[in-house]
Amino acid sequence: MERLTVAQALREAIREEMRRDERVFCIGEDIGVTKGFGGAFTVTLGLSDEFGHERILDTPISETGLVGAAIGAAMMGLRPIADVQYSDFLFCAMDQVINQAPKMRYMSGGKIAVPLVLRAPVGATQRGAQHAQSVESYFFHCPGWKIACPSNAYDAKGLLKTAVRDNNPVLFFEHKKLYGAKGIRKVSGSIDASSDIPDQEYLIPFGEAKILKEGKDITILATLRMVYESLWAAEELEAEKGISAEVLDPRTLVPFDYETLYGSVKKTGRLVIVHEDTFTGGWGAEIAARVGSDIFDYLDAPVNRVCAPDIPAPFSTPLEESFVPDRGRIKEAVKKLF
Amino acid sequence: MAQIKQIPEEILKSIYRTMVTIRKFEDTVYYMFLEGKLPGTVHLYQGQEAIAAGVCASLRKEDVIFSTHRADGHAIAKGVSLDSCMAELFGKATGCCKGKGGAMHLGDIDVGMPPAIAIVGGGLPLAAGCGLAFRYMKRDNVSVAFFGDGAANEGAFHESLNMAAVWNLSVIYVCENNLYGASTHISKVMKVKNVADRAVAYGITGVIVDGNDVFEVYRAAGEAVKRARSGKGPTLLECKTYRRGGHSRGDSNLYRDKKEEAEWLARDPLVIAREKMTKEGILSEMEIKDIEEQVKVEIEKSIKFAEESPFPDEKEMFKDLWADQKG
Repeated sequence: MERLTVAQALREAIREEMRRDERVFCIGEDIGVTKGFGGAFTVTLGLSDEFGHERILDTPISETGLVGAAIGAAMMGLRPIADVQYSDFLFCAMDQVINQAPKMRYMSGGKIAVPLVLRAPVGATQRGAQHAQSVESYFFHCPGWKIACPSNAYDAKGLLKTAVRDNNPVLFFEHKKLYGAKGIRKVSGSIDASSDIPDQEYLIPFGEAKILKEGKDITILATLRMVYESLWAAEELEAEKGISAEVLDPRTLVPFDYETLYGSVKKTGRLVIVHEDTFTGGWGAEIAARVGSDIFDYLDAPVNRVCAPDIPAPFSTPLEESFVPDRGRIKEAVKKLF
Repeated sequence: MAQIKQIPEEILKSIYRTMVTIRKFEDTVYYMFLEGKLPGTVHLYQGQEAIAAGVCASLRKEDVIFSTHRADGHAIAKGVSLDSCMAELFGKATGCCKGKGGAMHLGDIDVGMPPAIAIVGGGLPLAAGCGLAFRYMKRDNVSVAFFGDGAANEGAFHESLNMAAVWNLSVIYVCENNLYGASTHISKVMKVKNVADRAVAYGITGVIVDGNDVFEVYRAAGEAVKRARSGKGPTLLECKTYRRGGHSRGDSNLYRDKKEEAEWLARDPLVIAREKMTKEGILSEMEIKDIEEQVKVEIEKSIKFAEESPFPDEKEMFKDLWADQKG
C-alpha cells in the first residue's frame, strides 16, 4: 500500500501497462524529453528513462498530426496513449477526434478497431479562456468515444488501465487541480486527491458509479473536482439544515451507470447534477432529461443543475472563482428543492 | 522515359488490366448513377487510372493505402474485390463495409486498405501513424497516402509530412494533382508551381511525374517504395493528371479552360499505356480485346452480385460501433 497523487497513480498505470504489453506506447508533446517536465502535468515524468524515446514519443506541436498518428497506429494494432497538454487543444484536432477515431470501426463494417486512449486535462486554473475549459460534453455527444473522468488517484489508476485494454477509443479527462503536483508545478487551488494504492494490480470496470457518501434526502451527481465541492456541500447541508445528501461519482460518462443513479434517485426523490463544464447542452442536461423521462414518478422536485455559466472562463481570480461552481452554489441549488 | 522493357511482362499486363478495370467500372458506375440505380453521389476516377494502378503495382498486400472521397480506383488497384466494391456502392450487406461505408469510404483492411477518408487531407495523419506503427513493429512495409492537390493546402498535410520527415517514416505521399480542387483551379490557391516543391520544406524527397503515364508512375513509385523499405524515409510523389469527368455528380466542368481540357483529354492514360505496350510488342490486339471482354464480364457479374444482394438488416444499424458490443 502506498499513498500516491493522481499524477503518480496515472504514471504507475502507464508503467504497468507498458511493461505488460509492448504494443502500448505514449505519444504527445513534451512527454519524454530527457530532463524535461514529463508532459504538461508531470504524468509521464521519468518514463522515457525506462522505456526509451520510441515508446515515450515526443511530437511536434501538431495536435491534428499527433492524434491522427495515434489513430493510424491504433488501426494497425498498437495501443497508443496520446496526450494533449490541455483539453482545449483537442479542438485543433477536431477532424481526427470526431470524424476519424470514433467512426472508423463503423465505417469499416466492424473490421477495424481503434484501441486508443486520448488523455486530456480539464478545469479552470487561472489561465484564461483557452486553457481552462471542461470540454467533456462536446465528446459526450459523439457516438463512438468512451469517456472516463476520475476524481481521485485510486480511480485514476484503475480506470486508465482499463482504458488501455479497451478496444475502443477512450477519452480520459483529468482535472488539473487534482493531479497533486508539488513545487513549482503545483497548481494553485489544488485539492488533495491522493489515495492509498494497493500493491496488487487492480482494474476498475467502466460504467460503474461509486457512491461516495450515502444519504436519503437528495442525490448529488458530480465528476472530477466537483466531487469534492459536492462532498463539502453535503457535509454542511447535514450540519446546517439536517439534509442528508447522497453523493455519486459516475467515474465514466460513457458508458454511464444509469442503474446506480436511478437507484439512488428512486431512494432520495431529488437530484442535483454538478459539472464544471458550461450549462447549456452540458452532459448534465442529458442526464436530467433521461431522469425526467425514465423515472419521473419517483421525483419529488425538479432536477437542478449546477454548472459554469455560459461564458468563456474569465482570467481574473475573483471572476474565475465565481465562474467555477462551488459548495455554496451547490447548497443553494439543493435548498431550492425542499 | 521509362524503359518498359525492364518491367516484367506479367506486371505490365496486370497494370494495364487494372487500368481497364477501373475505367470500365467507373463508366458503368456513372451510367448506373444517372439511371438512378445508385444512391448518394459519385466521385469518379476516369483519367487518373495510371496513378492508382502504377502505385499499387509497386506494393505488397501487407502495405497499406489511405484513400480519399475518390476511392474506387484505389480500391480496385489494391485488390478489394469488384463484387464487394459494387455491393458497397449499392449500400448492400455484402459490400466491403457491409453497406455502412458507401462510395466515399470504400476499403477492406484485409487487402491493406482501411475505409477511404472523405475529409480532404484527413487521411494523411493516419498514414503517418500507420508508418509509425510499421517502424514500431519493425516491419518493412510502407504506408501510402493518396490525396488531391486540394489536400496540399490543408493543415493536416503539413503536420503529417513534417512528422513523417522528422521520424523518417516509410510513408509515400502520392499527390494526384488534377489541377482542380472541386471547381477551383490550383493557380488560384497555391503560389508554388508544383505540390512537390513543398518537399524541400520538410527535408524529404519530392518527385514529379506524368501521372497519365502509368510506367512513369510505376517507376517513380517503385523508387519511393525502395527508399522507404531501405529506411530512407518518406517521399512526396506528385503525379500530374486530369479528371476526365466532373468533380462529382452533375458537374459539367464549365469552369475549365477548353484548350487546357482538350490538351489533357487527348492524353488518355489508357491510350498511352496501350500504345506503348503494343509498340513494344507486349500486348497484341487480340490480348487487348480479351482483357476488355474479361473485364466486362467481371463488372457485369459484380452488378448482378450487388443487385441480388440484400440490404442490411435493420438491426445491423446498431452493430459495429463498439468493439466489445454484445450480439
